[in-house]
Amino acid sequence: MSVERVLPRPEAHDLMDLVRDLVGKEVAPRASADESAGRFPREVFTTLGRAGLLGLPYPEEHGGAAQPYEVYLQVIEELAAGWLAVGLGLSVHTLSCFPVAAYGSAAQRAELLPDMLGGELLGAYCLSEPHSGSDAAALTTRAVRGEDGYTVDGVKAWITHGGVADFYTLMARTSDDGARGISCFHVPAATPGLSSAAPEKKMGMRSSPTAQVRFDGARLAPEALLGAEGEGFRIAMAALDGGRLGIAACAVGVAQAALDAATAYAKERRQFGSRLVDFQGLSFLLADMATQLAAARALYLDAARARDAGRPYGTQAAMAKLFATDMCMKVTTDAVQVLGGYGYVEDFPVERYMREAKVLQIVEGTNQVQRLVIGRALAR
Amino acid sequence: MNIVVCVKQVPDTATERKLRSDDKTLDRDAADGVINELCEYAVEEALLLKEAHGGEVTVLTMGPDKASDTIRKALAMGADKAVHLVDDALHGSDALGTSHAMAQALKKIGFDLVILGSESTDARTGVLAAMLAERLGVPQLTFAKKVEVGKGTITVQRVTDYGYDKVEASLPAVVSVVEKINEPRYPSFKGIMAAKKKPVEKLGVADAGIDASQVGLANSWSEVVDFAAAPPRAAGTIVKDEGDGGAKAAEFLASKKFV
Ligand SMILES: Cc1cc2nc3c(=O)[nH]c(=O)nc-3n(C[C@H](O)[C@H](O)[C@H](O)COP(=O)(O)OP(=O)(O)OC[C@H]3O[C@@H](n4cnc5c(N)ncnc54)[C@H](O)[C@@H]3O)c2cc1C
Ligand SMILES: Cc1cc2nc3c(=O)[nH]c(=O)nc-3n(C[C@H](O)[C@H](O)[C@H](O)COP(=O)(O)OP(=O)(O)OC[C@H]3O[C@@H](n4cnc5c(N)ncnc54)[C@H](O)[C@@H]3O)c2cc1C
Repeated sequence: MSVERVLPRPEAHDLMDLVRDLVGKEVAPRASADESAGRFPREVFTTLGRAGLLGLPYPEEHGGAAQPYEVYLQVIEELAAGWLAVGLGLSVHTLSCFPVAAYGSAAQRAELLPDMLGGELLGAYCLSEPHSGSDAAALTTRAVRGEDGYTVDGVKAWITHGGVADFYTLMARTSDDGARGISCFHVPAATPGLSSAAPEKKMGMRSSPTAQVRFDGARLAPEALLGAEGEGFRIAMAALDGGRLGIAACAVGVAQAALDAATAYAKERRQFGSRLVDFQGLSFLLADMATQLAAARALYLDAARARDAGRPYGTQAAMAKLFATDMCMKVTTDAVQVLGGYGYVEDFPVERYMREAKVLQIVEGTNQVQRLVIGRALAR
Repeated sequence: MNIVVCVKQVPDTATERKLRSDDKTLDRDAADGVINELCEYAVEEALLLKEAHGGEVTVLTMGPDKASDTIRKALAMGADKAVHLVDDALHGSDALGTSHAMAQALKKIGFDLVILGSESTDARTGVLAAMLAERLGVPQLTFAKKVEVGKGTITVQRVTDYGYDKVEASLPAVVSVVEKINEPRYPSFKGIMAAKKKPVEKLGVADAGIDASQVGLANSWSEVVDFAAAPPRAAGTIVKDEGDGGAKAAEFLASKKFV
């Protein structure tokens, strides 16, 4: 992928060079084979961690790289273009660190963040449950406060990195007061009573494990609580505002990879004595793909700049997630069309991009939920 | 232990490489300059030795201004400081001239160990380690696939056609490494940022005590008289099986030292 990027600081160009180098040598070359085998590439995350990419938007004093979202998201985009399981995995990891970074006490931040951001650990984010997806506030996993901490019981569903994560950021119910009865916890993977089911068998992104995570009388110390009791839903939603931008960036990355593959193919393949790209009917398809893609990138970067400027950005984040992931579905489907029969088989990567695109319309709030968020903002 | 790693900037092997028609030297503007691949292994080995034994790692590069990108890369990987030999008078130096210039710089820097790649991807003479050791009057341990440092001594496994030799010498010494030796690290983002603040000393011919009559194109012992583009690949050898095909194929492989 060779996108011309306008970046806010010179150091961001160095970062992007490093990321492209890593994507070209360590990420993209193994994507196809590992996806077919459903293999989770833990070593790739270790390599990215050692390069300092697992804490990009967090403060330097805790081991982060103090990068604005505008830069961090373009890193996600480059990684996702190489391999969605890695780009999305990094986005979910960054999301999982947010509650400690933004709502943890000074002591919790100093204690937990250096390891979480240091590159050796990988995080997961536990909000969804089998019966509570879009209606996240209906979750029933319980954390009961006792003398020396909390006891957690319940089942989380669809957890990215479930079973392979080193820590879990958990939303659990501490009272029956609806959304106000939810609290947020930091749970190390080794906590007794925590276990995960076998990974789901997915349509795409098979290298990114998605699994149920069970809590059976799991004991948490009082310090595991992040923010105040009852603040969990607010924390979860604030985390998702940022996470949705990560998903938008993933969508733009996958779509860019699909466009690049389709364009390269259309320049080579000849039918009726001409290159495909010289048929106006086909070049208009490519032109629309490129235009929608550029618009999606501009939209997520605009939301990112609002966030970096400390402005409210939740509605723009929802718009960016909605537009970018719908765009990605359309662009990847059209990329398969450009390759014809060759697009439908595993010898070319575009069928994988199309399968990957679908999940982005579902995770971190379905695109119906994004419309709900945008519609509510309009109605206010 | 103070280690100096010699790092060369070479044209990217992935791009088309050209010689200049005027003075028959490398056209450095025609291709992107990158760090010579084997030099990354040399840097990695220096960093590993530093991590194990302490001391300091200095990068030494001889090359034009834009070679500073390559210096940054080595510093981002973790080297402590750098010396950049840069002077128009050095342009076009052959291996003898280069080794004189670099030996003078090495004397000025001071070292317990000098590490080089065993060969560059552009000129590929593969002689620099030997020439430097000779000029510095220290032992040379070339083609190392493993390096161990003891008290005032160094032991390497030196790759040969038949396996490896175990070679030992006293320090200070010059070592050249092959790619089997390690797996070079990626620089980290923090390393890239830190590299911008690390000291890079620029030395000209006079600063380094280099004898100007021994360097540069005009003073080179070797002269590139003519050059031509590489011919397209020749046809392969076809072995016809007349009952002895297996033996013939094995013979061919043996003659190429594959078996
Ligand atoms: C691969 C993958 C990874 C995931 N990773 C995580 C993770 O790491 N952590 C985590 O907590 N969750 C994760 N999820 C869960 C994901 O966030 C949920 O699947 C998503 O929120 C939708 O919930 P649901 O599947 O229960 O669908 P439902 O909520 O049952 O929705 C079904 C359909 O109804 C629509 N719908 C629901 N309510 C409304 C409404 N009010 N108006 C209009 N339409 C509506 C939805 O848009 C959808 O089309 C992951 C899911 C997948 C597939
Ligand atoms: C196409 C071409 C052909 C040439 N042919 C000849 C020739 O036939 N005879 C001749 O004498 N010269 C020749 N030269 C000049 C040659 O580039 C210089 O002599 C050069 O400095 C010798 O290095 P090398 O790259 O061959 O070294 P090698 O011995 O192949 O390199 C081994 C290691 O030496 C170190 N090193 C080499 N050069 C530098 C440097 N400038 N700065 C820091 N470290 C360095 C690196 O660690 C490198 O890994 C040629 C140059 C070119 C571009």
